[in-house]
Amino acid sequence: MPSAREVLAFLVPWEISPLAFLLCAGGIAAYAAGLARTPKTQRPSMWQRIAFFAGFILVWLVVQTRFDYYAQHMFFMHRIAHLVLHHLAAFLIALSNPVAVLGRGLPARLVQGVLEPLWRRRAVQVAVRAVQNVWVAPVIFVGLIFLWLTPSIHFIAMLSPRWYWVMNWSMFLDGLAFWALVLDTRRPGEAWAGYGARIWMLILAIPPQIVLGAYIALSGVELFDVYALCGRAWDLSAVTDQTIGGLVTWIPAAMMHVVGALIVISRWMHADRGRPAPDAPALAAGAGD
Amino acid sequence: MRRPLALLAVVLALAGCDRVIGNDGPVRNVSGIVDDLRFTMTDANGRTVRAAAFRGDPVLLYFGYTHCPDVCPTTLTRLSQAAKVAAPQGLRIIFVTVDPKRDTAPLLAEYAHAFGPRVTGLRPSEDELEELARRYRVSYSRGKPDAHGEYEVRHSSGVFGFDGEGRARLMILPGASIADIESALRRLGGSKA
Repeated sequence: MPSAREVLAFLVPWEISPLAFLLCAGGIAAYAAGLARTPKTQRPSMWQRIAFFAGFILVWLVVQTRFDYYAQHMFFMHRIAHLVLHHLAAFLIALSNPVAVLGRGLPARLVQGVLEPLWRRRAVQVAVRAVQNVWVAPVIFVGLIFLWLTPSIHFIAMLSPRWYWVMNWSMFLDGLAFWALVLDTRRPGEAWAGYGARIWMLILAIPPQIVLGAYIALSGVELFDVYALCGRAWDLSAVTDQTIGGLVTWIPAAMMHVVGALIVISRWMHADRGRPAPDAPALAAGAGD
Repeated sequence: MRRPLALLAVVLALAGCDRVIGNDGPVRNVSGIVDDLRFTMTDANGRTVRAAAFRGDPVLLYFGYTHCPDVCPTTLTRLSQAAKVAAPQGLRIIFVTVDPKRDTAPLLAEYAHAFGPRVTGLRPSEDELEELARRYRVSYSRGKPDAHGEYEVRHSSGVFGFDGEGRARLMILPGASIADIESALRRLGGSKA
């Protein structure tokens, strides 16, 4: 068992990021305030609330603790960090469907004075719709994984504090956008993509990730030498580190797509039976309204 | 069919990027990637030394420890050998110990001196070392001491090259030949002093 001191040492941020604090603490505070202002009957289910808080806590743990140090100095830890940012935390936050609660919790001046007028702008709507559709979203989702894992680009991202920051936040924001499109709870017609299209988009994004993960896991040669040049945090050979990292890129990532597809299928079935679609997945017992 | 084709295009474009950037040789370009030369450490005489003291001269920055069995002495020998040929004046080699506990000031001074007058050994405090690790993305870790109190230290292997203005320019990999290092040092330019 780790001692209290070791736990505290782990919780000290390796690189302090005011933006991470603003985003995680601000998001959690706004959601909590929004919950308090939501009438009891309209509150999201317990599972949705847990999903929201768990999502932001996971982001915080990955980018603002000692975990970040290991993610900078072990390839497989870096892959776990991206799995959390891109596939897991973003998934949980999108699953919690938090927009209405956040809207009530954020300062009214920010919502009415900035966010709503911005959202009503035609240019913003056109830009968002151009990205948030079943054709472009999966290309960006998979493309970003390939981009940051291109060896010479990965070298830059791991050596430059600035690019490292861009890499991590681009993964988190893209994850949020992608899973928000997939897990949209609005009815067909209102949502930006039909149920069938969303399932296809999820399934078709799996093979490129499997190919990439398997290629990295099984290549047997060192693809990312930046970890050796800067020093690995643990005594693990480059190839072993890479094999584990490739497996992380391959298996749990693909699993998240399957989980997402199951949720969409279950919502589709509910919609077909003419029942109101539950806010939370049928998988989470006690969800819905 | 449109989507797989689009994906294929993205992959090919990225493969192309990798080629175009072409940053995969034994000496890598790190201009605009790695932070400028900045530090505060203690030299062998116990005096505080800042990076500004080296301004005007190109600098090679390397992390290691004096008990290092082979990698550190080999690297320092090769660097000073190449420097003799390719950088007749100015160029300084900074050897930062990641094991300041065992590497006392006199020991470090003697060690650095053995590799020639260009080599300066510097001792950071633990806080300064952590700051350097954050800035240059290097890691170091010390193993468990054996019966004689000896332990292994894991550290980075790349050598950072800075020009006379203290701007990061290149990284020399352990696999670089003497000729590679010589041409890298010529790229760093001569002394501005």
